[in-house]
Amino acid sequence: MSAGDPPIDSPEISRLTPVLGPGHTYSSVTDKISAIVLTRPTSLGWYIGFLIAFSIFGVMNIAIGYLIIKGVGIWGINIPIGWGFAIVNFVWWIGIGHAGTLISAILFLLNQKWRTSINRFAEAMTLFAVACAGIFPLIHTGRPWYAFWMFPYPSVMGIWPQFRSPLIWDVFAVSTYGTVSLLFWFVGLIPDLATLRDRSTSKPKQIIYGMLALGWRGSARHWHRYQSAYLLLAGLATPLVLSVHTVVSFDFAIAIVPGWHTTIFPPYFVAGAIYSGFAMVITIAIPLRKAYGLEDFITMRHLENMAKVMLATGLIVAYGYFFEFFMSLYSGNKFDVFLVNQRLHGPYAPFYYALILCNILIPQLLWFHKLRTNVVFLFLMSIVVNVGMWLERFVIVVISLTRDFVPSAWGRYSPTVWDWATFIGTMGMFVMLIFLFVRVLPAISIAEMRELVTETSEEHK
Amino acid sequence: MIAHRSHIYGVIGEFEKPEQLVHAAAKIREAGYRYYESYSPFPVEGLPEAMGMRRNMVPLITLLGGLAGGLGGFGFQYWVNVYSYPMNIAGRPLNSWPAFIPVTFELTILCASLAAVFGMLALNRLPQPHHPIFNAHRFTHASADRFFVCIQARDKKFHLADTARFLQGLAAHHVSEVHDD
Repeated sequence: MSAGDPPIDSPEISRLTPVLGPGHTYSSVTDKISAIVLTRPTSLGWYIGFLIAFSIFGVMNIAIGYLIIKGVGIWGINIPIGWGFAIVNFVWWIGIGHAGTLISAILFLLNQKWRTSINRFAEAMTLFAVACAGIFPLIHTGRPWYAFWMFPYPSVMGIWPQFRSPLIWDVFAVSTYGTVSLLFWFVGLIPDLATLRDRSTSKPKQIIYGMLALGWRGSARHWHRYQSAYLLLAGLATPLVLSVHTVVSFDFAIAIVPGWHTTIFPPYFVAGAIYSGFAMVITIAIPLRKAYGLEDFITMRHLENMAKVMLATGLIVAYGYFFEFFMSLYSGNKFDVFLVNQRLHGPYAPFYYALILCNILIPQLLWFHKLRTNVVFLFLMSIVVNVGMWLERFVIVVISLTRDFVPSAWGRYSPTVWDWATFIGTMGMFVMLIFLFVRVLPAISIAEMRELVTETSEEHK
Repeated sequence: MIAHRSHIYGVIGEFEKPEQLVHAAAKIREAGYRYYESYSPFPVEGLPEAMGMRRNMVPLITLLGGLAGGLGGFGFQYWVNVYSYPMNIAGRPLNSWPAFIPVTFELTILCASLAAVFGMLALNRLPQPHHPIFNAHRFTHASADRFFVCIQARDKKFHLADTARFLQGLAAHHVSEVHDD
């Protein structure tokens, strides 16, 4: 906590805590944020953290290499459970990838000033999460070198992808989301890359940042078009971010499998995505602000607001669970009723109860202001929510597939060591990319912080 | 004199506060200058109006991109399913348009976003690694904490000494000439 913050137990915290610590000027925000990249020596902690993450990333590469040699038989998937970890992890990662664009686009359109210091790394987190997500369906195809078959190209056979299939919608949704998130992130970075170009002292840095900055010189005419483009991108990304998890939920909801074939899936998947995404932003923001002393920029107000978003979306998810449950019973459809019974009493019931505990019961503690403003508690809570959201996808994929219409088609699923190695490996890749990002690019938007300096200084007048 | 002027890009002045920049930009315009540009480390409110800028082309380009993506995306799916490889599945319509909406939507967003970003860069003539303004002595501050205005030599009203004096009269600091090479 910086000296300017009110005491943590103050009920006034959310009104009084500013979105930017007091006393900052254009040059102080520029210096402080660019110093992380340009002048501060790389700490030992960074090297150790990066090395651990890089090792886990190596495990992922071994797991995928072995998969390519041997085939998907090394996984726990079978018939009827053809989806298994690959799809569970895909949906989990892509859900995490929703917070970045939500913070950047929707909160931008709603003119929420508190988004400014968290949008950059939230967008980076989105990109990295989408990269992790993309790996799973790719390797789940079994022959990833044929993945280009999913895109429409004039083949010698004269055939095309099945555009009526949700799996093809998914290809378009996820690749569009990845591309637009990258554009949004890069456009936001251009002025900051120019700052880094102008402030770096070594020739290689000047050249690299200079190339990436595209010759940005901050001219008024450029800013004018830049702002139009940024606003339009935000407007385009807003329906996009809502559409992506909707399309992912169609993968399930379009199928007639019990427990999947419900109309509540799209909205509650989107809410769940935002829920887990904000949890991941908190998981990253708390160590980041501590490690680089950014408490003035990522204030308690940011953390508390994110906790509130988590609480709200968590309640929407709870509503989704309740109505999924209720509609199954109310429909009287014997397969749906049976599936509810299997969730509560079947072989995977412990996962279901753990899911309710992690996603609905424990997060109710966020109603308490004291806990919401406790950094350690928030960090632990964000982990709990991420575990809970992973369990949700596991329950949806595995319970429905192991218990469909005919008892002779029932099955069991348990992941193998290679499933775990791939899953944990993608976490290593994610953390590794975050480490690299923090080291070479400004983790907070410097240009937008300067605007915030102007705005907050006007408020104090 | 002419030979000398060809080496001058313009005269630059520096300000500490965004309000001073807006004020100066409006005054320069009032004085009749047309070829001048302001530089700031973040978008300054009121500056486009003060400089007499009108709406830009980015929204139109974005709209055209979105239309191309949407119509092209739907048209392509229609062509694939109705002409290129029609498949009669239980007599259902070949043009099953509701199933084409998700891909049409995604391609609309994709093409509009690409148009917005690349349209903005193209209109800004970026990437452009070098520009004479980078020769200005203190210009590295334009990406950090200072606000600049540069009146260009190609302006009809430009006169090295007079323009420099004019900028100094607007309370600009470090008024100096910017060379062209």
